Amino acid sequence: MLAWTIYVSFLGAAALMLLPKGNARAARAIALVAAVLGFIIGLAGALEANPGGLHTIAKVPWIPALGIEYHLAADGISLTLVLLTGIAAIAGILFSWNIEHRAKEFFALYLTLIAGVYGVFLSFDLFLLLVFYELAIIPKYFLIAIWGSTRKEYGAMKLALYSFVGSAMVLIGLSAAFVVAGGKTMNLIELAKFPFPHSFQMWAFPLVFVGFGILAGLWPFHTWAPTGHVAAPTAASMLLAGVVMKLGAYGCLRVAMTLFPHGLDPWAVEPYAPSLLPSLLAHSPTQNVQWALHLIGFGSWRDVLSLLAVVGIVYGGTVALVQKDFKFIIGYSSVSHMGFVLLGLLTLNTVGLSGAVLQMFSHGIIAGLLFAVVGRMVYDRTHTRELAALQGMNLSKVMPFAAVTFTLASMASMGLPGFSGFVAELQVLIGAWQAFPTLAVLAGLGVLIGMAYSLRALQQAFFRDQAPPVPTPEADGNAPAALEPISVPERIGAVLLIGISLLIGLYPRLLLDLISQSFSSPLFDWVSKGGIQ
Amino acid sequence: MNGVSYLELLKLAAPETIVVLTVLAVLAADLLALRGLELRFRLLVSAMIACAGCAVAIAWMLALPQHATFLEGMLVVDPLTRFVKVALLLLTIFTVLISVETDFTPHVGEYFGLILLAAVGMMFLVSSEDILMIFISLELTSLSLYVLTAFNKRNPKSAEAALKYFLFGGMSAAFTLFGLSLLYGLSGSTNLGQIAAAITGPKLDPLLVGALVMTVTGLGFKVAAVPFHLWAPDAYQGAPTPSAAFIASGSKVAGFFVLARVMLHGFKGAEGSGAWHVYRPGWVPLLAIMAGASMFLGNLTAIVQSSVRRLLAYSAIAHAGYMLLGVLPHGEQGLAALVYYVITYGLATLGAFGVVSIVEGQTGGDRLSDFAGLSRRAPVLSFCMMIFMLSLAGIPPLAGFFGKFYLFTSALNSDPSDLGLLWLVVAALGLSAVSLYYYLQVLKQIYIVEPGQGPGAAPAPIVSQAAIALLALAVVVLGCAPDLLMGRLVGAIQAAGF
Repeated sequence: MLAWTIYVSFLGAAALMLLPKGNARAARAIALVAAVLGFIIGLAGALEANPGGLHTIAKVPWIPALGIEYHLAADGISLTLVLLTGIAAIAGILFSWNIEHRAKEFFALYLTLIAGVYGVFLSFDLFLLLVFYELAIIPKYFLIAIWGSTRKEYGAMKLALYSFVGSAMVLIGLSAAFVVAGGKTMNLIELAKFPFPHSFQMWAFPLVFVGFGILAGLWPFHTWAPTGHVAAPTAASMLLAGVVMKLGAYGCLRVAMTLFPHGLDPWAVEPYAPSLLPSLLAHSPTQNVQWALHLIGFGSWRDVLSLLAVVGIVYGGTVALVQKDFKFIIGYSSVSHMGFVLLGLLTLNTVGLSGAVLQMFSHGIIAGLLFAVVGRMVYDRTHTRELAALQGMNLSKVMPFAAVTFTLASMASMGLPGFSGFVAELQVLIGAWQAFPTLAVLAGLGVLIGMAYSLRALQQAFFRDQAPPVPTPEADGNAPAALEPISVPERIGAVLLIGISLLIGLYPRLLLDLISQSFSSPLFDWVSKGGIQ
Repeated sequence: MNGVSYLELLKLAAPETIVVLTVLAVLAADLLALRGLELRFRLLVSAMIACAGCAVAIAWMLALPQHATFLEGMLVVDPLTRFVKVALLLLTIFTVLISVETDFTPHVGEYFGLILLAAVGMMFLVSSEDILMIFISLELTSLSLYVLTAFNKRNPKSAEAALKYFLFGGMSAAFTLFGLSLLYGLSGSTNLGQIAAAITGPKLDPLLVGALVMTVTGLGFKVAAVPFHLWAPDAYQGAPTPSAAFIASGSKVAGFFVLARVMLHGFKGAEGSGAWHVYRPGWVPLLAIMAGASMFLGNLTAIVQSSVRRLLAYSAIAHAGYMLLGVLPHGEQGLAALVYYVITYGLATLGAFGVVSIVEGQTGGDRLSDFAGLSRRAPVLSFCMMIFMLSLAGIPPLAGFFGKFYLFTSALNSDPSDLGLLWLVVAALGLSAVSLYYYLQVLKQIYIVEPGQGPGAAPAPIVSQAAIALLALAVVVLGCAPDLLMGRLVGAIQAAGF
């Protein structure tokens, strides 16, 4: 049944392609129907899921000679993210109701992307997962390059190449794993049982983790994210930040950490002999890298990656603090928030891990909302995103709905209690405190920075009351009063996203039960075994 | 050699004979009946005869499967060669179909005749284990292709390209012949199996090294691998588009198959090792270096091309690098991956050249800017081009993605415990990320750049467009259900006992 989330999206895309040219209304309607159906199917799947278990949806041989199967399945983590995808898809369409230029192509690409995302979250065969993962690259490129704004072709190409490099790294790691495990199966569950040699995991783990991490905005490979988000049209930014970055984080958890848990173990670095060169030559490249990192104080890949995650949190926040472009603030805030996801994953305890998954969901909703306000409500009407220009427009008076929505979204983004961001980031911080207290403190600092940039953006864009009155608005014919009112689809979308963030913030067990039970499945044995080092 | 049964030979070589008869039929029809008629009509009738001949040959092979070796490997007919020959004939049919609506030559009969003769050369090339026969069929193919390259008499570039192709080709043929003669001198036999049996020894004979290098020179030229690639960009750019398409697809399939056969059978025992940190002299390290160099040079040079044909030429060089990865593991799986890859590559390249041909007919050029706004003029054609480009880049669910996966895993599988060829796989995958950049440049022109003051919607050639759509469909189907091709291929390789 859940597989129909994928099929419905593909069917919607196919129907859109067959649609005659220039019929934007029908295109929107078809896209919305497909997205809503996808969400309903996902919701039905989540409701009837037996707790904790892995629910197999389809399992048929696909390429028998290599043991590759068409294997779709879902556990609580997949279901959470499928729900997120459904919600983000609907909201994205509501916020692109004003697309008229090549509308049917826009929504066809949009639904193809959605289908790919559903596919990744439901695949339990690694080949299939890769197929869906890479399938999602091309629609992103076109969505940004055709319908985007600021430096759209640059942003689109950068995004496509970063994603493709990431998936190439994953492909190297996975084909090596496939061969090492005997070349008989690509099934995630089977491969997770295979005892990969320790030395193999030591290089395959960081390779695959970073490969997926690129898409999750892992610092310093995050630079595609701000430029891509800014260049993208509203719906694509919402999807990019909302679900595509989660593909990366999901891959880190579901593939890298599940297949190669020993890659997280502390390194056994032997001291190199006094004569350096022979020692370097005698060891493998992986060992040499480990040795070099050991010299500057790292003891495992987990140390390295969790430091990168925290750097991402603090750096993303700090950079967001000084941006002049409204959308860049949100773009960098995504990097910062995704840092919490990665940090949560690396805590290796159930609290941190389920916090990370909840943060994926929460950030998907909140980032979608923030981009919707910036891209659709503000930019499409004022045609500027410069904070300096927005200050003079008195937006809180002109667009009260946008102002209220953005205020609520900022509160959620800051992690105020009552919103989903609070529960998620708190769990990540608790998990991190158990695992690495110093980094937890730094991440806590990141939360403070998050408040600072959110308040700054909120104040400068909407509530700059002391700003001088608009200098002769009649002169350039851009009177603020000329802004078109917020449309009904926008209102529905905003209420939907805020409502869900509040719902999860007030009653997190709705999702947490689904998520945390998944970690008791045999797939996640490594959590209990390797949890505390 | 007295007891040669000519009847037996005729039976085994029936598909080739049918194609040769078709050549005569095409020539005769054009000469006797069609002269003086309108060019379009002549092209159509000749193409129909050519396609019918190829189809009969395919049907013959499929209906009467045979398994025999004639005259100590002079002619080998087994499931594997049948498989490759069917693929070659299909590629020939598609080449003929995308030629139907061109107008670069009035010599219709000769043109289709040469295409079919090249196809016959390729068919013999893949079905021989005898170095003499391999050389002769190599020459038959090459000579036909030289002429096909020069076929556009109105375009000086075509003549220039053909001359370059011919000079390089003639030189490399001389090298090949010299290498093969050394092999004969070393072993006293022209049969690949007997050569391999004679040359195996604990150490590499210096003469054998010479023979190896010479042979690889000639075959490397055929598949356009670095450093024997210099002819390719010019030939791809100057040749009439269908000829270029045939050089890029059919000739590549046959070239790689015979390269794999000569290396795997003829130089068995002289493999050496190209694994990281474990170097042993032999043909594997030689080809590994050629593979790496082809991937680097092809992909990096393709980035700066502004002509789509040259871009496809450099991408062909890069792909030759990937394909060499299928020869390196010298095993059944590698061979299967290689044949799968080269066939799906042939389909995608043929289609891409077909699109280039139509666009050239409409805009008069093959610059990237000539493709601007194509999606508004010809949505179906653009969609097909997207499929071909993305398949070449290795994006799922298209055939190129599975091809790459299969090729790379089989390269790693040659040494499952140490993953010796990992360095090449890493290079290949890293560089295929580069390739996405230039394939997207083409698609950017088609889908994103607004059309300039170019021509409006020109009448689209129906037959070529149908052929291109079929090719695109094949690329998608083979990507979604690779087992259709792969299952048969693996079966054929096992049955042939390669």
